[in-house]
Amino acid sequence: MRFLTECKADATADLVYRACPMHLLEPMELIKDLEPGQVLEILTDYDGALEDIPAWCAKHGQEFLGISEDACGDCYKLYIKKICEAKS
Amino acid sequence: MTRAYMDHAAATPVRPEVLEAMLPFFAERFGNPSAVYDLGSEIKAVMEEQRGKVARLIGARSDEIIFTSSGAEANNLAIKGLALATFLKRGKHLIVSGIEHHSVLNSARFLEKWFDFEVTFLPVDQYGRVDPERLQKALTPATVMVSIGHGSNEIGTLQDIPALVAVCRAAGVPFHTDAVATVGQAPVDVSELGVDLLTISGPALGAPKGIGALYFRNKLRLVPQLNGGIQENGRRGGTENIPGIVGLGRAAELALQELEEKAVHLAKLRDLLVAGVRERIPHVLYTGHPDKRLPGHASFCFEGIEGEALIFLLSSQGIYANTGSACASKALKTSPVLGAIGIKPDVAQGSLVFTLNSSNREEEVHHVLAHLPLAVEKLRSFSPVWRKKMAEAAGA
Repeated sequence: MRFLTECKADATADLVYRACPMHLLEPMELIKDLEPGQVLEILTDYDGALEDIPAWCAKHGQEFLGISEDACGDCYKLYIKKICEAKS
Repeated sequence: MTRAYMDHAAATPVRPEVLEAMLPFFAERFGNPSAVYDLGSEIKAVMEEQRGKVARLIGARSDEIIFTSSGAEANNLAIKGLALATFLKRGKHLIVSGIEHHSVLNSARFLEKWFDFEVTFLPVDQYGRVDPERLQKALTPATVMVSIGHGSNEIGTLQDIPALVAVCRAAGVPFHTDAVATVGQAPVDVSELGVDLLTISGPALGAPKGIGALYFRNKLRLVPQLNGGIQENGRRGGTENIPGIVGLGRAAELALQELEEKAVHLAKLRDLLVAGVRERIPHVLYTGHPDKRLPGHASFCFEGIEGEALIFLLSSQGIYANTGSACASKALKTSPVLGAIGIKPDVAQGSLVFTLNSSNREEEVHHVLAHLPLAVEKLRSFSPVWRKKMAEAAGA
């Protein structure tokens, strides 16, 4: 897992307390509205996201930038850079 | 026999237009909105259309509406969902008024019992209103939220929600209001009220029982109270009640079209009823606020009698009313709401609540006014409490 000290995002998906697999479904929708090169921040309290999101990026040709070291208490912050138009 | 059904807060018939809209979704259009094939995706589209209709009724965005099974569930989700999502950051203090519906009071007590929350039950004035200054004094840095109902089903009083919200907003505390009694009866706009969460009940709008909704300001996090799948965007598990949702959507659409006319109609009938009761029956107390109240709500306490007995006697004349909130009336307990507004327990026993709807007509009010005085007089003639009171009055 790559840890980031600072990462600026162009959009945020707040999935905290929302049922699995919303941590994949909502980012898949939001990334469609971003331009290649833009960054999506994902906030989630779901441990499984730490595996699922990098795996989803690898499968869909997006770049998983890493997880923020900035502790926000009740959730993880993960960052994805849009590389190509998402395939649903 | 003329029938005068005036207990619409307890139950109201499903509107024919609503039933008609719902019918195809029981058998013909049965798909699961979570299914990816067309039978499901078209139902999902229908569901989202209804979400928009409910949102429009209260001036919200459609992604700020969560469908629930009832107003009670929406209250549970608002209070427990928000408190549990916030307490790690803010603390464990919650404020509700003392005259809330049981689903609010018991959600607060649940947090008190199982999660060691401290709950402040705010007192109300003689009309059932919360004083914003008192609310301000009750707020602490650990307050996670405030829940104060918009309109009381028991005494009809409307709260000054914008004034209460202003106090909370200054302190950064989210505000929930249970608007089951008001949505569809009076104009409700979440931006004008300034609330962060608001509860709606389907049956109050002429939709069937088993459907409700919660408005939540988009940025708020809620811990789901029904754990399951991705329904309601992962905020409430369980396959959606599509016929109910379609019913609520249609009812919301009709409510928006008819609201102004309905409020005028209800207020006219209510004023006729209230004036008639006060003119014909001595020793009666009109409970709740005289002006700032629901248009279709009239509540009284008749001295010297039991409300339950009055209800039975009236029902024999085709008149249907209630003694308080429908779920509490069977418990034969003195209403905590009437106690909170300072009504003595013996007077509170004689509580009678009329809740009107568009279907009520002036003839029905006249039917009530013809029979209610006789029923009160009859019960008072049997009542030792009443005889004692009269003897004391004569002696004095």
